[in-house]
Amino acid sequence: MMRFIPVRETILGSAILLLIILITSRFPGFVAPSNLANVFNDTAPLMILALGQMVVILTRCIDLSVAANLALTGMVVAMINVAMPGLPIPMIITIAILMGAFMGVINGVLVWKLSIPPIVVTLGTMTIFRGIIFLISDGKWVNSHEMSPAFTAFPRAVFLGLPVLSWIAIFIVIIFAVMMSRTQFGRSIFAVGGNPHAAVYTGINVGKTQFWAFVVSGALAGLTGYLWVARYAVAYVDIAGGFELEVVAACVIGGISIAGGIGSVGGAVLGAIFLGVVKNALPVVNISPFWQLAISGSAILIAVAFNAKSGRTKDRIILKSAEAKQ
Amino acid sequence: MSALKKLTISFALAGAMLGAPAFAQDDVRIAIVAKALGIGFFEAAAKGAEEAADELGNVEIIYTGPTDTTAEGQIEVINSLIAQNVDAIAISANDTDALVPALKRAMQRGITVISWDSGVAPEGRQLHLNPSSNPLIGNMIIKLAADHLPDGGEVALLSATTTSTNQNIWMEEMNAVMGNYPGIEVVATVYGDDLADKSYREAIGLMQSYPELDAIIAPTSVGIVAAAQAVVDAGKVGQVNVTGLGLPSEMAGAIESGASKSFAIWNPIDLGYSATMLAYELSQNGAEAAPGAEIPMGRMGNLSLDEKSEGAMADPFVYDASNIDDFKSIF
Repeated sequence: MMRFIPVRETILGSAILLLIILITSRFPGFVAPSNLANVFNDTAPLMILALGQMVVILTRCIDLSVAANLALTGMVVAMINVAMPGLPIPMIITIAILMGAFMGVINGVLVWKLSIPPIVVTLGTMTIFRGIIFLISDGKWVNSHEMSPAFTAFPRAVFLGLPVLSWIAIFIVIIFAVMMSRTQFGRSIFAVGGNPHAAVYTGINVGKTQFWAFVVSGALAGLTGYLWVARYAVAYVDIAGGFELEVVAACVIGGISIAGGIGSVGGAVLGAIFLGVVKNALPVVNISPFWQLAISGSAILIAVAFNAKSGRTKDRIILKSAEAKQ
Repeated sequence: MSALKKLTISFALAGAMLGAPAFAQDDVRIAIVAKALGIGFFEAAAKGAEEAADELGNVEIIYTGPTDTTAEGQIEVINSLIAQNVDAIAISANDTDALVPALKRAMQRGITVISWDSGVAPEGRQLHLNPSSNPLIGNMIIKLAADHLPDGGEVALLSATTTSTNQNIWMEEMNAVMGNYPGIEVVATVYGDDLADKSYREAIGLMQSYPELDAIIAPTSVGIVAAAQAVVDAGKVGQVNVTGLGLPSEMAGAIESGASKSFAIWNPIDLGYSATMLAYELSQNGAEAAPGAEIPMGRMGNLSLDEKSEGAMADPFVYDASNIDDFKSIF
């Protein structure tokens, strides 16, 4: 019976609730439904990227190029929008996803075919992508008044009480929940990360699975690139600087094992929400900005420590007689 | 290449070099050297220089610069200007020290050398023209907010990082003159780390924590744009005025939406104008660039030099709905 209640997610969920209660004691407005919706909306990009990152980490890889991918795609779609303001938004979104996926393909091929360690590959492509933004933009900004109104309006258009940005995140969470538990690809990801040697014997191509994990992560980064640029209505070289670490942190808080094979969609989503709550609470609880970095760092460490503790299952005893002798 | 052809070309070149100075001898030739050609800011400065030239009458402006922002490129440009024997060089330097030997050589040939915008070490120029000064900027950012709050009100600062030197100095200078703005209360100082998303979140947080907030002052170009977007998204246009330091091209949308009533930054046209005026005064009217000197610069008033022979041109220039369209395509 116990195995149907995911322990890890329950603990993280209660930690988030406790955090919200604590914040509310200092700033009551935080629990207002409209504010919670804002926090969720603000966390949506992180959630989407954390799901992509989860797939990569599960296969024993890591993708540090997500933020640079996001920034490059964002800059390209912003420049396309300036050049062709009439281009419909679905076209822009398709371009963003394909471009992001293509950058994922580059990462994936280098990891799969050349067997270069993923951390090295994505550190390299991260810098290359940022460099390309500089090349194509000349270091200049694309500003809100240059973007078409439809371009910036799409993610904030409200539908059934929530902005489109939030709905996209919800939609992706559902797709991932189904994909990870019900499809061959989803299961093979766990197999590859859990035990690559055994995966090979069951007929799973480890390299190919890792390749597709990078493509998925890249495509989501591309999509987020458009959403990000449209939401903040500005594109420049440094957007989302250092965001890749936040994405990895969300995964780790969510109980996704850096060693691969262990993790869940719910964990990644809750990990992102945890960080989102902390990030949105710090500006309103009136804590000195000099303390904020240390506090958000400690919050991450505490969450991970909790997770590590709950994740350690008791060893199974297979020889009852041996135990009796001890 | 045949010997004959070579000879012809050398003659043609020699002729050109000898001929060039002959027909421009009467005009005072002032070279405005940019960090690199093709940058809107410097093109605008050149426009200001032309304005000064028209006012002075007998001045010819040579607007030049390297194709990329390198010190080597500027040294080549300086050498060619020395060869042309111009009367004055006004330069925005790509490197404080690397240009000193070339500029020293220019001064030895009797050419007036000043730096503007981005300075050269004191031994490589006669004076340096800063677009503004820290006290002027500190005063301007609070004035921008106060001008729209005749009955006083709550303002908050949205800065870059806690360790950003420029922003910290400007906020210090701002606090020093707070007494001149009774009724204006600074309720909070937050830091957006010059990241669009963090600045946006901090601005949203400010509006939640201080529902009565009247203005957000962001003395940083990333912060001011993000705060303006946050005000628009929170539906507080007209209630919260975003102001501070930003670039017209980046702020045009915020002025249009009404999230920002006005903001400030140096005016490159005035800067080019003043640099030309100063160069003219030094080379033609015998003005001395010594510490403590006052040198006139036309419609921009006088430049007073400090102990390092540096001076500040003026208050940062204020941009609002009336002039944003003229400047948004410039820089």
